[in-house]
Amino acid sequence: MSFDVLVSICVAYVLLLFGVAFWADKQAERGRARWLRSPVVYTLSLSVYCTAWTFYGAVGYAARSGMEFVTIYLGPTLVMIGWWVILRRLVRIGRSQRITSIADLISSRYGKSNALGVLVTCLAVLGTTPYIALQLQSVTLSLDAFSQSGSASDPHSLRNTALLIAAGLALFTIIFGTRNLDANERHHGVVTAIAVEAVVKLAALMAVGMFVVFVVSGGVGPTLQAIDASPISSWDTGADRWATLIFLSAAAFICLPRMFQVMVVENSDERHLATASWAFPLYLLLISLFVVPIAVAGLSVSPEGSNPDLFVQTVPLAFDRNALAMLAFLGGFSSATSMVIVAAIAVSTMVSNHVVMPIWLNLREGRAALSGDVRHVVILSRRLSIAGILFFGYLYFVLSGGGAALAAIGLVSFTGVAQVLPALLGAIFWRGATRVGAAAGLSVGLVVWIWTSFLPSFGATGILTPEIFAHGPLGITLLRPHALFGIEGLDPLVHSVFWSMVLNTGSFLAFSLLSSQTPLERLQGARFVNIFRYSGGIRGWSSGAVEAEDLLMMTQRLLGATDAQALFRAEAQRQGKSASLPDVTPAFVERLERELAGSVGAATAHAMTAQITGGVSVSVEDMMRVADEAQQILEYSSQLEAKSRELENTAGQLREANEKLVALSFQKDNFLSQVSHELRTPMTSIRSFSEILMDGESMSAEDRQKFSQTINGEAVRMTRLLDDLLDLSVLESGQVILNRQEDTLDAVLDRAFVATGQLGADAALAVDRKGSDEKVPLRTDCDRLAQVFINLISNAGQYCDAPEPRLRVHVHEVDGRHVVDFIDNGSGIPEESQAEMFEKFTRADDHRAGGGAGLGLAICREVMKRLGGEVDYVAGFDGAAFRVTLPDTESAAAGRAG
Amino acid sequence: MTETRVLLIEDEPNIIEAIRFILSREGWRVDTCSDGGNALEAVRNRNPDLVILDVMLPNRSGYDILSDMRADEAMRDIPVMMLTARGQKKDKELADRLGVNKFMTKPFSNAEMLASARELVR
Repeated sequence: MSFDVLVSICVAYVLLLFGVAFWADKQAERGRARWLRSPVVYTLSLSVYCTAWTFYGAVGYAARSGMEFVTIYLGPTLVMIGWWVILRRLVRIGRSQRITSIADLISSRYGKSNALGVLVTCLAVLGTTPYIALQLQSVTLSLDAFSQSGSASDPHSLRNTALLIAAGLALFTIIFGTRNLDANERHHGVVTAIAVEAVVKLAALMAVGMFVVFVVSGGVGPTLQAIDASPISSWDTGADRWATLIFLSAAAFICLPRMFQVMVVENSDERHLATASWAFPLYLLLISLFVVPIAVAGLSVSPEGSNPDLFVQTVPLAFDRNALAMLAFLGGFSSATSMVIVAAIAVSTMVSNHVVMPIWLNLREGRAALSGDVRHVVILSRRLSIAGILFFGYLYFVLSGGGAALAAIGLVSFTGVAQVLPALLGAIFWRGATRVGAAAGLSVGLVVWIWTSFLPSFGATGILTPEIFAHGPLGITLLRPHALFGIEGLDPLVHSVFWSMVLNTGSFLAFSLLSSQTPLERLQGARFVNIFRYSGGIRGWSSGAVEAEDLLMMTQRLLGATDAQALFRAEAQRQGKSASLPDVTPAFVERLERELAGSVGAATAHAMTAQITGGVSVSVEDMMRVADEAQQILEYSSQLEAKSRELENTAGQLREANEKLVALSFQKDNFLSQVSHELRTPMTSIRSFSEILMDGESMSAEDRQKFSQTINGEAVRMTRLLDDLLDLSVLESGQVILNRQEDTLDAVLDRAFVATGQLGADAALAVDRKGSDEKVPLRTDCDRLAQVFINLISNAGQYCDAPEPRLRVHVHEVDGRHVVDFIDNGSGIPEESQAEMFEKFTRADDHRAGGGAGLGLAICREVMKRLGGEVDYVAGFDGAAFRVTLPDTESAAAGRAG
Repeated sequence: MTETRVLLIEDEPNIIEAIRFILSREGWRVDTCSDGGNALEAVRNRNPDLVILDVMLPNRSGYDILSDMRADEAMRDIPVMMLTARGQKKDKELADRLGVNKFMTKPFSNAEMLASARELVR
């Protein structure tokens, strides 16, 4: 078969993959990605684990080392069977934390430490590079096997082929791996293409296997006999190497960047893991089923010295089955390309997010923070990273001479990525794990791996000289790459894995215990380790809906639930969707940004939406937290404001109350002092006159009589004062009991005049009354009302200074209520006294001949208040005029009815 | 020896009568004034040997009258006995500050009042 035909078939196959990827992307864009994201596709995508190493290498491995190759499948199988222990956790964390790569997971868990991200990225690049070289080598060799059919090939042309393949793969990866920037790092097209390739490689290997079993060996029975006869089944491996290999392949299965990419990042539904837990081991079983028969057949039919790694292809060729060989070639090609593509995507994401973008952002610091060109920068940095990684792979291929056995290169790579395992397991199981511990473990593991595994992989002709292998660097025998710390005789792989893992884990544990966590680390640690407590139940998620949902959640935090939901509903309607969530179109994002800019500013709004739609490395959760914090601060400050307002009010009330108390206290002091004065004055007369009387002798009977009367009068005055005080106190405290009776106004007035003695011919006061007006029916405490009248009448009798004092009683209606005016013909009450007249201890003048203590009007006011009426001074008359507004009989009646 | 003259500035008729009776028995002459407003004028005109001064008076308080007396050359040396029904400590302090000669609270003992008056006119 000519080289040209081969290349054409390759190109056609690649074009087919292009078509599949392109079509899948289109389907996903139209929201018909459901079946693209089925458990079957997920399981098939996991087959990126089975690279060219598996496809070609396993047969070679079996031909060289017998059954040992099985370990490479046993590790992943164990991990898959125990999927809920580690994988479910990883997937859940990856989902809830928006993890974009394993470096992102480590960095995020240990307090968003970018240094750790860089460290893991370095490991990933170093671990992936040999692996990519391996793929290039296998494809190159298999191409060569076709074209040269076994004869020695020109190394120069091999290199050119490898370079060509690397470039082609870079192109494919760039096109489909960076076609659209999705924060979730999901690549529908790529994953679908990978799934197709998974089918192709399985089919190819099984076809060759069938051919070998049924055609070459002549059936199952003879095949088994041939196996028994071959040295493969008898070659045994040490238990230490078995255990190491199983551990290593299990660790690599979890830690390999490409595995993390398909298993965690590209996972669309946690439940797919359950399917994959049995389906993927089944896939591995099928793909390994024919390894031994092919190896046995290869060993028997191939000429001495031919490369066992190519038996899958050379056996059909030996039987002139070109089509089958072609299929085998395409299977190997699929294995290689799928690995390279996914690995390049995964590693370029890390390089871009943890190395290129931070540097670029640092360089740009001070300039407009996040503008529209971020997308382009991210995409460009991804593309350059992809190209760079493939170039490194090519470089390694050239440097390593392309001669080392495939399996050996694969194991070097496995050991390298396995260094992430302690930090990864610590991240998800141990809250006490710290950034310092992780950094220490990773660095130590990286160094030991480079020294004992990576550098020696270039062979004695590479960087390490035989001198170093024999005597250690600078003659330090303790540091010999294959006999670290003087422990000799171990298998180099076991040696490297043992030391790197022991020192890595030891440093990780020791430094974690010795160092303390930052608050962010503690928070993230709790979230990661208790992921099942923090995240909700399992559910499927499709990228578009999730994005819209996340945007809505974020918007709600900024605009409030009602506004945000209205905004999203309106957009959904505009897009003609019946659901409440719109598609996340660029136009919508732009509108949303404008909307958010109103509350958080344009730059922040852009940054925040970019977090969700643009795929920058900071997680959405971070931004949510920022928004939450801002919200909390706002709430807190408004709470504080309310609190301080409340306190101000309280202080104001207290001040008022205090003022009132001070005033009351002053009033009380004043009142006591007044009472004291009012009591002391009559007491003075009483004491003085009684002492005079006690002196006896020189006193006329007339004087004696007069003084006795004075004493008596003053005693009566004191008694009345005390009575008034008690009465007022009862009235003021509201404890007065009213005795309501029916009567008429004229009768009550009559009684009052009789009581004051101002009735009849000998009265000092002439009284004008108009009986016909006074026929007003009353229902009130008439004794109390009479008390008021008596007070007013006595006041008139006492204070009216007219030569012929007259008192006019005028009953009439004002505003529908009966009033009784008492108007005398005296000089009236000076205006300045009118206001305070009704207060306690105020008198119209200070003459007190037979008068009260100034409590009379105060008592009147209290009584009228209790009765439901009023007593006021009416200015504008010639003399003093008091108006008693009678209690409203209507309301009294109503009160009675009620 | 000239007749001892007392000016009683007091508005309570019964008290006026009592004091007048007590001091008259001593052979003293008692003039009265029952209005604060013209009390100072009365003091100036009568130039008594003793002023007995109530505090709570119509129109002008006893403190004001005392204060004016002490500020006036002619009346400065006239002894003043103050009688008040407001017997709080601060009232006495105020009176002392103003230059009262004797501060008595109502009700008083006749004998005590008389003894003080005698002392003041001596």
